[in-house]
Amino acid sequence: MPNQMTHATILELTVRNHPGTMSHITGLFARRAFNLEAILVVPLPGGENSRILLHMANEPKLEQVERQLVKLHDVLSVRQRTDLAPDIFQQLARTLA
Amino acid sequence: MKTTGANLLRILLERQGIHTLPGIPGGAILPFYDALHGSAIRHVLARHEQGAGFIAQGMARVTGRAAACLATSGPGATNLLTAIADARLDSVPLVAITGQVSQSLIGTDAFQEVDTYGLTLPITKHNFLVRSAAELLDVVPLAFQLAESGRPGPVAIDVPKDVQNATIEIDALPEPGRRQPLAPCPDEPIDALAHLLAHAQRPVLYLGGGVISSDASALARALAHRASAPIVSTLMALGAIPPEDPLFMGMLGMHGTQGTNFLLEEADLVLAIGARFDDRATGKVAEFCPRATIAHIDIDPAEIGKIKTAFLGLVGDAADILRRLLDILPPQTRPAWRARAAELRATYPLQHPPRSEDPLHPVNLCRFLGEQLPADAIITTDVGQHQMWVAQAYPFRQPRTLLTSGGLGTMGFGLPAAIGAALAAPGRRVACVSGDGSILMNIQELATLAEENLPVAVLIFNNTHLGLVRQQQELFYRQRYEASRFASSPDFAAIARGFGVRGERIDPMGDPLEQISAALAGEGPCVIDIPIHTTANVYPMVPPGAANRQMLIAQPEPAHA
Repeated sequence: MPNQMTHATILELTVRNHPGTMSHITGLFARRAFNLEAILVVPLPGGENSRILLHMANEPKLEQVERQLVKLHDVLSVRQRTDLAPDIFQQLARTLA
Repeated sequence: MKTTGANLLRILLERQGIHTLPGIPGGAILPFYDALHGSAIRHVLARHEQGAGFIAQGMARVTGRAAACLATSGPGATNLLTAIADARLDSVPLVAITGQVSQSLIGTDAFQEVDTYGLTLPITKHNFLVRSAAELLDVVPLAFQLAESGRPGPVAIDVPKDVQNATIEIDALPEPGRRQPLAPCPDEPIDALAHLLAHAQRPVLYLGGGVISSDASALARALAHRASAPIVSTLMALGAIPPEDPLFMGMLGMHGTQGTNFLLEEADLVLAIGARFDDRATGKVAEFCPRATIAHIDIDPAEIGKIKTAFLGLVGDAADILRRLLDILPPQTRPAWRARAAELRATYPLQHPPRSEDPLHPVNLCRFLGEQLPADAIITTDVGQHQMWVAQAYPFRQPRTLLTSGGLGTMGFGLPAAIGAALAAPGRRVACVSGDGSILMNIQELATLAEENLPVAVLIFNNTHLGLVRQQQELFYRQRYEASRFASSPDFAAIARGFGVRGERIDPMGDPLEQISAALAGEGPCVIDIPIHTTANVYPMVPPGAANRQMLIAQPEPAHA
């Protein structure tokens, strides 16, 4: 795992917070055969939007993933979070264990 | 104003300009059908929901505007799925409206309940499950806006029965949803493209369906002549360039002519316009256009570099980009390259026997139809050998005159799409070229055709086989034919008459072309059953997975008995 971590990317999505948004995002990953390692969703203040962190392998398809995500109507923005340590998901996993 | 959800939905559709609405009623959509009673919307009763979906597609493909279709919950919705997925792959603006069981019953496995939202999710641009009548005010205009904006595509709206029955008080109606303007492509990449075109030695334009969607056909042709760049076309772009244009090389790819595929081997610059490097067009991608720099114009940023890395990508409306490119691009003569293209075209024509010897050879048949039908006639096809013969040999002279299922490759597309085309383009001649396999997949729509009495001619190229399957088994599966021959062949002329449609069977012993001509001259809809050779193959053919240069070509055939 540690070796994979160094080749991982965290994508930050701002999305409309309503039923179906998660299905659209996870459905996209399934349909286009993109790998998704972990997913974290929290509602933003006000409740209209949510923030999603996607942890994915840093594969050549990454740019295509971002472009397809941006096309989803309920996805408002997509950016890479290179400032976040990839092991935040690991830390979270330990908390939940 | 006090009204019901069903009535509000009707009003919103009327305001979108929907005047023809194909569908089939059922329990969960009945409140909406009740609201249609007395409406200006003309409902067209299909005989299978997939037929309704393809009728709407035929309307949308001819007009370029979003068309809608209607089905009930459960099997009504699942029957629509193929038409929705087909619209997605060919970027056709479609709004599919389905009834759903009442919200109190959702999740209880109620009668005719299915998760339409979940089923349509991966095959639409966007989809909605409407949770209140008030939501319709936002959802309906947004659905049409999404279907038509950017790269067009299908949108699904699932409306539970209680939402249709709910009473709602509304003050004002929303503006209809319209195509949203795109951010224009910046100047820099257009300048860079002009530079590339000016400095290329052997440029080629590779046109896809996006050229037709953006009404950029004339601009693409002007660019070809300005830059002296030969044009190759995908299946979806046929009609953009008239076949007599000296720079037009026809269709590329698996069933393209040899000269067309060889030209791409020699090109040093390939400008893709509204094309998506589909595997049927590129063959083995790593060996597609091996000497060329790729420049790519597309409205969908995700298409740039999806399959083949582009040296230069331009995101925007093709018509806008081409217009601005033409403003700055100086003329180029390139006589040697033009001559090379002409030479390749002359050296590698389609191989087929002369008409006098074999009038029912499919290539001859398609050319004959091109002479019989006016330039603005709309041709729909099904999927298989007949589709490829039409693509190779029918002289498409105007955009939106070929309606065909390119991406999904749906057998059964042709007849309902022809009905939709005839509904959307009154006064124009419509012909559906089909096969004896494909036509059976939506033959029930002959009842719809009879009822609407539209000028649609259905021409069945009848070889008593699933011909393209048989061809692949012959060429790639050691002639081990399995499930590709029909032991029982229906009498299609009698079937047509049974539906109340004129039916003719062509007798190859008489003058077959004369008989076809006479059948086409008759009034109203007709089915013309044309026996063709049972084992004729479509050539050239690039074996699946091979590079486009590795085309198989016709072997000299023994004389037919």
